[in-house]
Amino acid sequence: MDALNSLLDGFAVALTLTNIALMFAGVILGVIIGVLPGLGGANGVAILLPLTFSMAQSPGGQTSAIILLSCIYWGALFGGAITSILFNIPGEPWSVATTFDGYPLAQRGRAGEALTAAFTSSFFGAAVGVVVITFLSPVVAEFALEFGPPEFFSVYLLTFCAFIGMSKQAPFKTLVSMMLGFALAAVGTDTVTGTLRMTFGTATLLTGFDFLVAVIGLFGIGEILQTLEEGLEFRGASAKINLRVVLDTWKELPKYWATSLRGAAIGCFMGIVPGGATPASFMSYGVARRLSKDGDKFGEGMVEGVVAPETAAHAAGTSALLPMLTLGVPGSPTAAVLLGGLLIWGLEPGPLLFVEQKDFVWGLIASMYLGNIAGLIVVLTCVPLFAAILRIPFSVIAPIIIVICAIGAYTVHNTTFDVYMMVVFGVVGYLFKKLDYPLAPLVLAIVLGDRAEASFRQAMLMSQGDMRILFENGLVGSITTLALALLIWPMLSVLWASIRKGLAKGA
Amino acid sequence: MKNSAIFKSVLASTVVATLAAFAVPAHAWEPTKTVEFIVPAGTGGGADQMARAIQGIVVKHNLMKQSMVVINKSGGAGAEGFLDVKGAKGDPHKLIITLSNMFTTPLATAVPFNWRDLTPVKMMALDEFVLWVNAETPYKSAKDYVAAVKKAGDSKMKMGGTGSKQEDQIITAAIEKKAGTKFIYVPFKGGGSVAVQLVGKHIDSSVNNPIEAVAHWRGGKLRPLCVFDTKRMPYKEKMTTTMSWNDIPTCKESGLDVNYLMLRGIFMAGGVTQDQVDYYVGLLRKVRETPEWVALMNKGAFNQTSIEGKEYADWVGAAEAEHVALMKGAGFMAGQK
Amino acid sequence: MSEANDQRAALSNKTAELAVAGSTFALGAIVVFDSWRLGAKWMADGPQTGYFPFYVGLIICIASVVNFVGALRAGDKDSAFVEVGQLKLVLSVLVPTSVYVVLVGFLGIYVPSIVYIAFFMLWLGKYAWWKAALVSVGTNVFFYCVFEIWFQVPLPKGVVESLLGLD
Repeated sequence: MDALNSLLDGFAVALTLTNIALMFAGVILGVIIGVLPGLGGANGVAILLPLTFSMAQSPGGQTSAIILLSCIYWGALFGGAITSILFNIPGEPWSVATTFDGYPLAQRGRAGEALTAAFTSSFFGAAVGVVVITFLSPVVAEFALEFGPPEFFSVYLLTFCAFIGMSKQAPFKTLVSMMLGFALAAVGTDTVTGTLRMTFGTATLLTGFDFLVAVIGLFGIGEILQTLEEGLEFRGASAKINLRVVLDTWKELPKYWATSLRGAAIGCFMGIVPGGATPASFMSYGVARRLSKDGDKFGEGMVEGVVAPETAAHAAGTSALLPMLTLGVPGSPTAAVLLGGLLIWGLEPGPLLFVEQKDFVWGLIASMYLGNIAGLIVVLTCVPLFAAILRIPFSVIAPIIIVICAIGAYTVHNTTFDVYMMVVFGVVGYLFKKLDYPLAPLVLAIVLGDRAEASFRQAMLMSQGDMRILFENGLVGSITTLALALLIWPMLSVLWASIRKGLAKGA
Repeated sequence: MKNSAIFKSVLASTVVATLAAFAVPAHAWEPTKTVEFIVPAGTGGGADQMARAIQGIVVKHNLMKQSMVVINKSGGAGAEGFLDVKGAKGDPHKLIITLSNMFTTPLATAVPFNWRDLTPVKMMALDEFVLWVNAETPYKSAKDYVAAVKKAGDSKMKMGGTGSKQEDQIITAAIEKKAGTKFIYVPFKGGGSVAVQLVGKHIDSSVNNPIEAVAHWRGGKLRPLCVFDTKRMPYKEKMTTTMSWNDIPTCKESGLDVNYLMLRGIFMAGGVTQDQVDYYVGLLRKVRETPEWVALMNKGAFNQTSIEGKEYADWVGAAEAEHVALMKGAGFMAGQK
Repeated sequence: MSEANDQRAALSNKTAELAVAGSTFALGAIVVFDSWRLGAKWMADGPQTGYFPFYVGLIICIASVVNFVGALRAGDKDSAFVEVGQLKLVLSVLVPTSVYVVLVGFLGIYVPSIVYIAFFMLWLGKYAWWKAALVSVGTNVFFYCVFEIWFQVPLPKGVVESLLGLD
């Protein structure tokens, strides 16, 4: 098998002592970056880019350089989950969905389990992603070309419908929350016409409301405020802090094989398209909640609710490198910076990269396998350490978390306005949570609102205002239909139940 | 551990750099702290790549004692970055790399900014634009394509581009005017995705920069029709089996008289001293002499015009007037319907 | 904490519901207003800039009215949204945090962060002053190293940093 041979050659390239050292270095740096909301994967990669510039000059150095950078990326993917689970503060956008069940688990003293489940499923997702890259890259690259604006819109619609469909909260509160998200997403420059929306002549609103600022405020600060009502302490301090918890959790994980496989499939799809890791994690969570037999317990602390988004996020994050390598289209901001790196080193991403730079490409792919194993080893051995953070007294850790949040909010756009907004969002999060306004739809709307609207309007421009473009061909038609089906499914099932009831009464 | 070694080396070099900064003789100005290099566009785009390349070159060849950080401020079509530098009047530790949105954004959105709020330092290069179509289409020249667009009728053929009311759409509007037809202009977020949309046949043509589309050209997926410059690009190395950049005719040669070049230039904040400007001019001159810079220029088939001082300021002034005319002509000015 | 035992309602659930529904309505109205200004029609080549935000705003307004009326009708005036004791605890963190972020705008991130962490530990945690000083200064030195030196992410700085030559 051709791919297999190339891969073995790749391992030979990647498996040098320097490269393995770089892998661990990259992963550890990446985890730090992932944990601190102020540093994103894109950030870390961008900072180290100039360093790798001289690395790339030596023979084989390009491979070492990309190994270092991509391992930072893996590390950041792993690290994002840690603060989501421990403090309800997503370190990275794609770990927002991990908070939904990860944080409740930690509150019940099961932080170790949640972390292990998150890391292990991340690894599984990434592994599936790499296998796809290894064996299916030519086919998959062609598939990504099928995606134009209408297809992208249908994918975003699908994400929405998969996630929203059934909500336990009052429907009008869900509606307000979701629409507020869309409204916030619309602030700033309208990408399609270049007009400024809802900035009211102020320079501070030009950048709009960033998703990360909203999430840090709504989830992080909001949660701390709510915790305070019950006194100055965090729940979940009783978490077990030894490595036994890793083995115990591993025994439980095979139960969720179906969720894992679905998550990986969704992740690979979203990564290749490229729709992004964040929508992938939401979609996977939504689908898992619908299909699981414990679906109605999601949100109260289900291990399955951690497995689903983490598998998908990591699978998407990994497979997002494929369109970058074969088409030169970055599937994520981090991939965008990596892409810039490739260009500066004198490599040209695109259809010919696999032919002209065989050693580099297969070295990179081999390093994905190895880098993820390195990542898993690093984070799993640290599980007890992470869980022990919860034992630090509240009045020490709480102000530090708030400072970290403030730094995180500031670094998004380098403006203190976002730090003020973080506190405002914190209060909103506190109020909304107490009054049963769901926060997840709001956050999802901020993430997807912009992109969904832009793709929709691009599609409308292309068809000159004809909605039929959303059913134009088999691909977009089936995704749109699936989305609509998911949306009305809960309504239909309610309707069906009441009809059956009616019939039963009549009989 | 390896990473702590990196930390230490970075730490050490920073300390050394800080100490060295104090030891400098007083006559020539030099940066005394970290220099912020603002990119008024997102990560991964053309301006971002060039800024990061400059940063990398400065680090690698040790051209500056202080460190340089690249910061993306892309909000409001770049207005965020420009307003940031405008607000830093007199601050000699801030550079900004510009693209055409320095002219187009204030005109299109009425954001209170003008390039005269900044101090011109040096033009690094000019970026070319090429008219691309999918390689599977029958159009062999710009003439063929324009004829096909005309034949299809108004608002039938789709032109993809980066952003709205920015360089790509300005060129599209200029083509429309010259050819007497109308495209459907579809704005996308980045040049890379425009090229892919063209490969996937979701749009009919694009005006991508060379660097954005070269991979697909070499992969046999896209075909260049003409370059929007007054003369052909000088790069004669074969990019495909048959063609080099030099083999692409100018649009004027093909009967489509449209020229457009995009500024890739460096500015500082307003109110800085001549000493400070001179320092950066010297620094950037050194950057242009490195082999890495030459490689980047070749890779992106840039127009290597590079000017500084008054000549540069005059050029920018003329470019501004040209953009006002183009934007007015196309109806892209703020408040214009 | 003894304050936590004060179980009188500081704010009734009903008042909170009404206030939030009123606020979301106001936000919705702003969105509707600005979108209308930008143009919110469906043109020949698809929706205008303000089209989606306009309807988003409209839905916010309508749903807010439903929530408002729902809260009015709900009736149970007595159920507490937050008890006096709870509110005191929440404010004991919210007020210093608000002061902290405002200070960040003037003094940069580091000095207010040192003061904030120290204040928190001294006032709410009743730690010895030297422990508070150690943790607050130590944390910020760590952040300074991570952000300014290792990852070269400049954070806001004020007069104190420039006096120390750290900016």
